[in-house]
Amino acid sequence: MGWNTVGLALSTLLASAVEFVEAFTIVLAMGLTRGWRSTLAGTASALVLLCGVAAVAGYALINWFPKSLLQLIVGSLLLVFGLQWLRKAILRSSGLKALHDEDETFREETEAARLARGETRAGLDWFGFVVSFKGVFLEGLEVIFIVITFGLNAHSMPTAIAGASAGGAIVLVAGFALHKPLARVPENAIKFAVGLLLSTFGTFWSVEGLGVFKHGNASVHWPGGDAALLGVLAAWCTLSWIAVRLLSPYAVARVAEAA
Amino acid sequence: MIVRFVVGFGRFWWDFIVGDDWKIAAGVAVVLAIGASLVAGTDLSDTAISLLAGAGILTVVTASIVAGARSAARNR
Repeated sequence: MGWNTVGLALSTLLASAVEFVEAFTIVLAMGLTRGWRSTLAGTASALVLLCGVAAVAGYALINWFPKSLLQLIVGSLLLVFGLQWLRKAILRSSGLKALHDEDETFREETEAARLARGETRAGLDWFGFVVSFKGVFLEGLEVIFIVITFGLNAHSMPTAIAGASAGGAIVLVAGFALHKPLARVPENAIKFAVGLLLSTFGTFWSVEGLGVFKHGNASVHWPGGDAALLGVLAAWCTLSWIAVRLLSPYAVARVAEAA
Repeated sequence: MIVRFVVGFGRFWWDFIVGDDWKIAAGVAVVLAIGASLVAGTDLSDTAISLLAGAGILTVVTASIVAGARSAARNR
């Protein structure tokens, strides 16, 4: 099992777990306040649509693009996507940005659901249906994006799907066992890890994809081949560690000033 | 109706891919554009291209984090 495969499985598992926690929180809030029938109908509808999106997007990417162009496009998207996570995780870890709190999200969603008017369409509570549909669809789209980009670039779609499925299964089992939002999951730590992994693979693949501008479109080769992934990961870890160390005292000083 | 759909569709993908800091996406695009011009217009080796592009991306993110930290500190 190579670095690509291990990183692939770990990345898709962690990334999907974070998205599933967010989707689970929304579904739980709707189910408890607006009823489970409409909530589960919205969830099921979103899952059906997600299956269609995954099939169409996967087919299009496999059949329409040469390898280096695919690496450039999905590597760049993955890089930008991962860097957003990493930047927020660094700012949260250093105290310059509030931590994301699933309990708070749950309270907000629950309050909004209680205040919403009861409109019935097709025998379903429309608010519960739409909110759970949107929540599951948007979070699921992020998982699909990660699974497709990782699976295609690492040439192992089954590993990517297995990693994401494992992440989803862990969250569902833990969520139903606890029957509450998974606030105890150290979300920022997981997002930090996912941000590092997505940024690492995104950097690696987007640079490889620059080979599309060569004669013959051959990918750019990093020194050391796939082993360079470890060097790229080390660079992102070092940058993040330095950033958190340098920014933390600054955040403490700002809080002291405000007090 | 159609305009609203197009605007909503565009906004969704913008939020999904670019997120709340467009400067990271713009910086990555600039670094990759420079990398592409080096690949197409020079005889630099793959090693040089990959190390230069990697260093460029790290620089962009460092600048973005510093800018984000300043903004977050101002808003506390």
